[in-house]
Amino acid sequence: MSEPQKKKLDLNRREMPKQPPEVRRHNFDEVALGYAAETAIQEAKRCLQCKKPKCVSNCPVEIDIPGFIQCIADGDFAAGIRILKDKNCLPAMCGRVCPQEEQCEQVCVLQKKGGQIAVGRLERFLADWEAQQGELEMPEIPAATGRKVAVIGGGPAGLTVAGDLIKLGHQVTIFEALHKMGGVLIYGIPEFRLPKAIVNREVQYLGKLGVNIVTDFVVGKTRTVDSLLEEYDAVFVGSGAGLPWFMDVPGENLNGVYSANEYLTRMNLMKGYLFPQFPTPIKNHKRVAVIGGGNVAMDCARTALRLGAESRIIYRRSRQELPARLEEIENAEEEGVVFDFLTLPIRYIGDENGWIKEIEYLKMKLGEPDASGRRRPVPIEGSETILPMDAVVCAIGNSPNPLIAATTPGLEVGKKGNIVADEETGKTSRDRIWAGGDVVTGAATVILAMGAGRKAARSIHEYLCSL
Amino acid sequence: MFKLIESRMIVPNMHLLTLEAPAVARQMRSGQFVILRAEEDGERIPLSVSDWDAQDGTVTVIFMNVGSSTGKLASLAAGTSIPTVVGPLGNPTEIEEFGTVLCLGGCYGIGSIYPIARALKEKKNKVITVIEARSSYLFFWEDKLKEVSDELIYITRDGTKGYRGHVTRLAEIIKSSEETVNRIIINGCTFLLKRGSDVSRPLGIKTVVSLNPIMIDGTGMCGVCRVTVGSSTKFACVHGPDFDGHQVDWAELLQRRKTYMTEEVVPLRTSRCEEHISRS
Repeated sequence: MSEPQKKKLDLNRREMPKQPPEVRRHNFDEVALGYAAETAIQEAKRCLQCKKPKCVSNCPVEIDIPGFIQCIADGDFAAGIRILKDKNCLPAMCGRVCPQEEQCEQVCVLQKKGGQIAVGRLERFLADWEAQQGELEMPEIPAATGRKVAVIGGGPAGLTVAGDLIKLGHQVTIFEALHKMGGVLIYGIPEFRLPKAIVNREVQYLGKLGVNIVTDFVVGKTRTVDSLLEEYDAVFVGSGAGLPWFMDVPGENLNGVYSANEYLTRMNLMKGYLFPQFPTPIKNHKRVAVIGGGNVAMDCARTALRLGAESRIIYRRSRQELPARLEEIENAEEEGVVFDFLTLPIRYIGDENGWIKEIEYLKMKLGEPDASGRRRPVPIEGSETILPMDAVVCAIGNSPNPLIAATTPGLEVGKKGNIVADEETGKTSRDRIWAGGDVVTGAATVILAMGAGRKAARSIHEYLCSL
Repeated sequence: MFKLIESRMIVPNMHLLTLEAPAVARQMRSGQFVILRAEEDGERIPLSVSDWDAQDGTVTVIFMNVGSSTGKLASLAAGTSIPTVVGPLGNPTEIEEFGTVLCLGGCYGIGSIYPIARALKEKKNKVITVIEARSSYLFFWEDKLKEVSDELIYITRDGTKGYRGHVTRLAEIIKSSEETVNRIIINGCTFLLKRGSDVSRPLGIKTVVSLNPIMIDGTGMCGVCRVTVGSSTKFACVHGPDFDGHQVDWAELLQRRKTYMTEEVVPLRTSRCEEHISRS
């Protein structure tokens, strides 16, 4: 008996082709172009197929990662996508916007040697491959249970709950406030990072599975949660974090000062960059400052750049503390976004017509670590600086939209307006109401919302089976 | 899709639409608004509601045909459908037994003040309704307004009906009234809201105005509709649309409404004849 040949470590993480920065900064097409099949197979073959894969336990939706990677290595993409979709109904999106570097890829055993498997790129590869095959494979759906579930919000959490429960034979209706499904995937994340055709494809897939989709319906206004409970056996609230924060500095209501939500909604949901072909306008400012350092701030700065502006990020800490994904920071840098680190806006100055013309900021230095573990920025006295500016986009965060909590008596709400829900089950303080995603956690990531949706779906299913 | 039951110009440049939107109609209360889209990919247009029928499941809006999106909306015939009618949005107008309430409407507000007057009347208030326009041919729904008002007073810029002049004549109307006016409620263009509040401020009468800033989603998500009221910033879509007219920062509101003025006229510069021909 011969020893199985020991696999030679291949630490060469395969690069994914991208549009060159000088080209992509002038268009709205997707930046990353995806693996070709050969590259995907090469990358997949590097996987060591660990017996106890840490990547799986660090995935919020517990995808069998080595499983689908092995399928790619074997060239059996159809089997790979089946494994992927068993746990994740939105792979094309997660492959693009999940922070893999903090999840599956972070714990890859090859990570220490700098050669962690590009799980996200492989996930994306499979999903895009499937889309090119024409008709999607439909899973088998068990006989109808006769139980009805209302899902509030058509974002990542709601889509996951709906996908999971419909596959278990329950009847599911999603109520979405906007005129298009997808939540932040549609109104927030730009086309160049997540093409809307992909979101629409995933939503259509749910429709084909039999999910009833109702847009233009604001639960809390058009109908209350309690009224829905008269018709449905269970309600899941996934209404997201849709209440923008402002900094409360003088001049914040000047023309040309936007919330990130407004800027991105005009751009993505309403397609303002195609004005006047699409009738909702977005301004082509010359100089745009984006306040904040998260993924949303990067999206805004890169959007402004593509609209022809000199675009800068104003962030009160240093590069090291930027909460955005490294990949997005690097993309922004390559494209030419200017980063003003250790700066804090204190005032917006307007012209005689009420338009912003200048921004005044303070220079900061880093002091002792704060509660978040990051070093606290401290203002440097006398460092006031004035910079000419045509527009400011405030991308400092969002709170949960209060509408559902305010119209649902007895629903326990936390300090920040978030709905209180059990982390493991999504159960709220009210019987038959579950919640998950940003409305519970405050603004977080797509995959965490999906993870919460998955857990809630499991708990809802248990409840429905007990009836 | 939401079917148009009725679509007609009610007075020059002012259009009335009645839409089938049962879920919206069921919950509607006076002072709330809806957002419509005339076509797929269309702008989201916030409009005050002028009437509704919960039983028939219909909602009626009256709006000025003023830009490309409202033009598109006005061009749709009864029997066709539009992709979006969402609501009811915003908070209802506060309706209590106040005593005597003066309801002031101008422009589309002549329509949207009607359900407010009706609700006030049902609460046993004495209702004085004042409607204002450039000329008498721009008035509509006079019979409906008379039904729910104890008194209907007109102001026209050209003096063709009632008082001649602008809303500033309101001061005389209030002073000459036998009743003590306990509250004023104004619906209409921003200038009417502002001038009306200017008139009532020295008289010390609580004045409620229904604001109409730029909006996108109408559910508190985008924040473009922010207005300064007193010393704090409010979102008109979720905190309003009704606010104390004596507390509103009018200069800021008027300024913010002009944000897209240059863009708004872009589609109007062409006759869109080509598009028309290519479609037919």
